[in-house]
Amino acid sequence: MTQAPPRAPSLETIGMSKSFGALQALADVSIKIAAGSFHALLGENGAGKSTLVKCIMGFYQPSSGAILVDGAQADLGTPARAAALGLGMVYQHFTLVPSLTGAENLVISRADIGTVINWRVETRRLDAFMATMPFDVPLDVPTGQLAAGQKQKLEILKQLYLGRRFLILDEPTSVLTPDEAHDVLGLLRAMTEADDLTVLMISHKFHEVTAFADEVSVLRKGVFVGTGKTAELSAADMAAMMIGDAKLAVMDHRASISANTDPTLLVRGLTAPDRTGFKTISIAHLAVKPAEIVGIAGIAGNGQKELLEILAGQRPMVNGTILVHGEAYHATREAARKHHVRFIPEEPLQNACAPRMSVAENLALRMFDIDKNGQNILWLDRARIRQHARMLIEAFKVKTASLASPIAALSGGNVQRAVLARELTGEVDLLIVSNPCFGLDFSAVAEIRARIMQARNAGTAVLLISEDLDELFELSDRILVMSSGEIVFETPIGSADVGVIGSHMAGHH
Amino acid sequence: MSGPAAIGLWGVPLALIGGAIRVSTPYIFVGLGETITERSGRINLGQEGTLVFGAMIGYGVAIMTGSPWLGVAAACACGAVFGLFHGWICSFPKVNDIAIGIAMMQLGVGLAIFFGKPFIEPAAPHLPAISLGWWSAVPQIKAALDVNSLFILGLALALFLNWAFRNTKYGLMLRVVGDSAEAARAMGLNPNRVRLYATAIGGGLAGIGGAYLSLYYPGSWNEGISSGQGLMAVALVIFARWNPLGCFFAALLFGGAGALGTALQSVGVTQGYYLFYAAPYVLTLIIMTATSSRSDSLVGAPGELSITK
Repeated sequence: MTQAPPRAPSLETIGMSKSFGALQALADVSIKIAAGSFHALLGENGAGKSTLVKCIMGFYQPSSGAILVDGAQADLGTPARAAALGLGMVYQHFTLVPSLTGAENLVISRADIGTVINWRVETRRLDAFMATMPFDVPLDVPTGQLAAGQKQKLEILKQLYLGRRFLILDEPTSVLTPDEAHDVLGLLRAMTEADDLTVLMISHKFHEVTAFADEVSVLRKGVFVGTGKTAELSAADMAAMMIGDAKLAVMDHRASISANTDPTLLVRGLTAPDRTGFKTISIAHLAVKPAEIVGIAGIAGNGQKELLEILAGQRPMVNGTILVHGEAYHATREAARKHHVRFIPEEPLQNACAPRMSVAENLALRMFDIDKNGQNILWLDRARIRQHARMLIEAFKVKTASLASPIAALSGGNVQRAVLARELTGEVDLLIVSNPCFGLDFSAVAEIRARIMQARNAGTAVLLISEDLDELFELSDRILVMSSGEIVFETPIGSADVGVIGSHMAGHH
Repeated sequence: MSGPAAIGLWGVPLALIGGAIRVSTPYIFVGLGETITERSGRINLGQEGTLVFGAMIGYGVAIMTGSPWLGVAAACACGAVFGLFHGWICSFPKVNDIAIGIAMMQLGVGLAIFFGKPFIEPAAPHLPAISLGWWSAVPQIKAALDVNSLFILGLALALFLNWAFRNTKYGLMLRVVGDSAEAARAMGLNPNRVRLYATAIGGGLAGIGGAYLSLYYPGSWNEGISSGQGLMAVALVIFARWNPLGCFFAALLFGGAGALGTALQSVGVTQGYYLFYAAPYVLTLIIMTATSSRSDSLVGAPGELSITK
């Protein structure tokens, strides 16, 4: 096991610049992270946060600038050299190998293991290491079976096990429940307070930054725009630094709903096996009325995805009925068109687009086979498809180089805008949405949520499945909690409480 | 208590056991080889071609040198070259391993037929068998327990791989690469290189399986020597859930199915026994249907495998 300096190092970048061709991703960025501090790095997508940390980790060579570790100039030309100085990174997406156990994952990540692994010795060493750590994660099960929070802890443990004492965390809580996030960040915070660790955390979430970080630095469009103690900055100050003078979309006021309307979507007695085949999804009753947003909270893997797939016709159900406008709904193209049902699945590029087809073609997926009057047509009307695409791009401010560029070339926010444009155009009676803002930046998030609220106010029934509780609280009229494939809790938004919802999500009820 | 009449219907299970051991050996080697390759995240459908080419080379070298073991070694080396070739082509971006595998299958069979013409007539020395039936006087028991040495080697290899996947650095590296190329790169491994070696080892083992065909059972070289063992081994690996020991037992099952026709014939069933020659193929179909799911990917499959993605 590599023995790095036991105490937490400090790190400083001086005049760091990096350009890719004509694009200046970082311009003269100097930030200072004190030893044993918890430092947050804020910035929109494309602000240069990843470029900066990749320069620090030796994945990129900065065009100019220097890095000081513990006050001495360090040559971090390769990831291996950065690692040798005790710098480690925890990525947004897990890098654990799902079929290997925690212990196997830890041991194989070490550079100095022998050809034959002596598990008795390794287990003893791992036990000794775990005894010094505040984290508690089972090491004997395949990591694919761990909950997201445990995986994230194991990622952090892996870095500490490798002797890294300066950790860069890239949006470490984006896949965690509020409780898990609180837990992980709290433990990291305690380690920094004990001077065992220095943390640089990339984040979008102000409440986490305020609660756990000592200091914050903000990047905007590759330029360092400010730093400060979190105690002295409000969320509004930080947001202003991040977005500069850009305007965020303003959310419509929530229009009141009439109480006694028939539900647009009614699900009764639905059962189906989940994706592992070992557990059952069982929804006794779920109704969504016009002009109502019903939010479904839950930790990933508790059946929300399967529910969405069943509603979308991607997964067969064993029992139960799905009624839309009181008629049995089997998710055919005809039925979806007749009842004006639209979908925005998560990861829209993979799940709602043909990535290599053009923007115009992707925007036409709902209408390419019918003419203006809704009649089936045999020959594509290319001119109408282009005109339709231009209209949608204009209305939803999709940024694309041309109508003919493949949709995969667009940024995540613009792909989501394009899908939203396609799904929200025309008459929409039922909208089923899943994690619409995952991984998007501020302005895209604000705009997409505003669009969903607009649709609701225009009378659309919205079923919103989300792992982001902030989002559910912002948008929903009612919140349901799914756990182990069932709806275990329901509350109107007026009396909703994060703690109660969180404990139901975790299965304590 | 001796003589064929004395054991009567007991002849069927005995002939089945003996047949299973005989027929399963090539499955074991191709299956274990394919397990290694697939655990690294690649499928090599070219194993069938490697098997046939290995059979030809093994036979030819055994004739020319007089040593069946040199024949096995040559077949293994040629198989490894085939594997390297497959792995090398697949290391280029946007190459589909399944399409390359099918091409390699045709190439292997074609080359074997082309170079194998002179070896159809002469007889090569056979691989030795180990008599585990010495304690019995019953000839059927003796025959059934005449175990070929490669079968024992295969069993040892299965046990070794089962241990090595969990207890050696290279075993863990192979599983990392097969399950998540992203994670492998993050820890500084080069997935393409690991897969290249894994495919080479897989090819080498398939070559040994081929040498067994021509040097032990059926024990001669001809163009139709393989009855699709190389392809069925791919199904077998899926059935065995990429587990070496599972692979060994699945091979025995397939071998037993393959020996059913002969076993029935040996006790005097004269009609319809040939239908049982189709048993391995029917078994393949049943297994693939029973273990597949309409909506979900296979449990235990390496995450990088193109068929499970």
